[in-house]
Amino acid sequence: MAKTKTGVSLVQRPIRKFAPVFILPTFLAFIIGFVWPFLQGIYLSFCSFNTPRDAKWVGLSNYVKVFSDAGFLNAFKNTAAFAVVSIILINVLAFTIAYALTQKMRGTNVFRTVFFMPNLIGGVVLGYIWSMIFDGILKNYGTYLTANGTYGFWGLVILVAWQQIGYMMIIYIAGLQAVPEDMLEAAKIDGATGSQTLFQVIIPNVMPSITTCTFLTLTNSFKMFDQNMALTGGLPSVIQNGAKVNITELLALNIYSTYNINKNYHGVAQAKAVVFFILVAVLAIAQQAATRSKEVKQ
Amino acid sequence: MKKLIAMLLALVMVFGLTACGGNTADESKTPTAAQNAGETTPAAASSTAEGRVYYLNFKPEADEAMQELASLYTEQTGVPVKVVTAASGTYSDTLTAEMAKSEAPTIYNIGNMAGLRDWDEYALDLTNSAVAGELTTNDFNLYNDAGELKAIGHCYETFGIIVNTTLLEQAGYTLADITNFETLKAVADDIHSRSGELGFDAFSASGLDSSSSWRFSGHLANMPLYYQFRDDGVTEQPATITDAYLDNFRSIWDLYITDTAADAKTLSTSTSDESKAQFTEGQAVFYQNGTWEYAGLIEAGMTDDQLAMIPIYCGVEGEENSGLCSGTENCWAVNSQVSEADQKASLDFLYWLVTDEVAAQKMMDTLGAIPFKAAPKSENVFVVDGDELLAEGKYAVTWAFNYTPNVDSFRATLVTALTKYSSDPTDANWADVVSAFVDGWAIEYATVNG
Repeated sequence: MAKTKTGVSLVQRPIRKFAPVFILPTFLAFIIGFVWPFLQGIYLSFCSFNTPRDAKWVGLSNYVKVFSDAGFLNAFKNTAAFAVVSIILINVLAFTIAYALTQKMRGTNVFRTVFFMPNLIGGVVLGYIWSMIFDGILKNYGTYLTANGTYGFWGLVILVAWQQIGYMMIIYIAGLQAVPEDMLEAAKIDGATGSQTLFQVIIPNVMPSITTCTFLTLTNSFKMFDQNMALTGGLPSVIQNGAKVNITELLALNIYSTYNINKNYHGVAQAKAVVFFILVAVLAIAQQAATRSKEVKQ
Repeated sequence: MKKLIAMLLALVMVFGLTACGGNTADESKTPTAAQNAGETTPAAASSTAEGRVYYLNFKPEADEAMQELASLYTEQTGVPVKVVTAASGTYSDTLTAEMAKSEAPTIYNIGNMAGLRDWDEYALDLTNSAVAGELTTNDFNLYNDAGELKAIGHCYETFGIIVNTTLLEQAGYTLADITNFETLKAVADDIHSRSGELGFDAFSASGLDSSSSWRFSGHLANMPLYYQFRDDGVTEQPATITDAYLDNFRSIWDLYITDTAADAKTLSTSTSDESKAQFTEGQAVFYQNGTWEYAGLIEAGMTDDQLAMIPIYCGVEGEENSGLCSGTENCWAVNSQVSEADQKASLDFLYWLVTDEVAAQKMMDTLGAIPFKAAPKSENVFVVDGDELLAEGKYAVTWAFNYTPNVDSFRATLVTALTKYSSDPTDANWADVVSAFVDGWAIEYATVNG
């Protein structure tokens, strides 16, 4: 109490007092909706269960099955390739568009709105719409989207790029607008060329935006589910070297379809989800560390 | 004053949060809200003592009828009946989630033997139940390895080739002209070759889009499976299958994709609505589907005298004597893990459903055909056709595909191969279909039993 009396204004005092009241509901919701299911999920990955009520401890056998599953390894490769391609594509294009739209020209607000719009449409709807678009185009060449893995992969890349570029663009625009005018002016006076200004002044200054955007695109591409399910559903589904593989399936969809095989696979899907979590967490932390270190301290 | 505002804000936030929580529960149709109410109010608690009924419905199209029957039953007996319908294609997810709750479903659906294996421990033995005593046939029931009746097949469905008899006559044929694959092919080939002059073609589109592909990866594929299992005397899920009747499968599939106006290269995106529209608009004579389509076809303006259903012929010896394909994925199971009062209330409700005059009529109207003594005669033309064929002494083709291991995955592989073959019908591509069938079965069997 003594502390609040000295340093805090009259407006802040009652708010401070009620801080726990504000925090508690959300905190409880967080515990109930996230922390507890998460811990239970880890426990269940070591169990065989149909419903969580009849879980029986089976040790590591679920994890053994995860790593001997050809479909999971294929989904892992797909996801990695998809992440690399989409992170580069989305960030380069989003930055380019943001850069163009922060130049002084007419109609930038209209363009910003238009580019952002695809992000407002839900993933499943987008998936179905784009599958029609792709099939409509491929029909002219006597083929179809799920004919092979290449179409499905690039189809998903195009879809996701179209959806996410607008969102990342907004973040980059905010970053670009925060580049100090005096630095740009100094660069101009010093006679820096356009590309010198871009690479030596602007990009180092928007590093925080780059950190955010690469983080978002990285986690988005690893967690990609609805677009994947609606666009190809993992098809084509083929037999390779005596094992069943869904060629265009990404990790999240693979986990989902594993769960639905039968009750013996509920635990295996749970184990896959834990592996998946660790993977995404490690990658995201590594990426944060890598890009953070390049940020300019102002 | 500011203190007051802060307190109000805090209250609003808490209230908003609980309100949000309430909404989510409603949306996902979880019983949480009702259940919490039930635990606190004495009125609901007393009814729990007499047993409650929670019917987790499998068929979305039967939802409305079941809701009506539930409220009618509550009106007559005072027993609360809750009916929840899982969204199309999500039954197993919903069932798993609901079963984990404290007020779990008391009546639920088991689709086939694989489903029974998952839920055996949760299913009451119904062998001596009153509702089982009302059955006219045990053909559609599910029994576990110990021979206990665990799920009652409460309606059955029949599929075959639906024929527009008016168009068939315009083309100069009658149903009597089609008795086996050769005659079916002759008629279809002729109609196809004269399609320009007739204004219609033989088969409606055999779409392989996910809304339509089950008609072939599931139902048409039943033909080779049925004949093989008949020859081998299969009575439980086999670990492997052979390609014994796959040439017949190819013959009928070739017929479907040749004698049609649909371009075989675009089948991957052709939907079931398209196919149905071609049939109801009089652009096609034949349309492979089942009894469940009857109401939709009548709604689209077709009449009883235009419609008939014939068996799927695929060139197997003796198929002149085959009937339609009948079976079910609709079997009632009673949850063995709920209280005895709930079990009894549920069994009473089921008994009422199949014996009460009004209820049985409604069940019949909604589900097409129900195998119970009190069931009125069906008005569904396709059901009547099926019964007539059996009365003539023809053999019923059972749903052999109910043995399929990991069925969705098995069918996905088959559809992939069939789509590829359809767009380029070579022997090499057919070999992929055979592999999807034979190797696919073995792989899926190993997966689900491994």
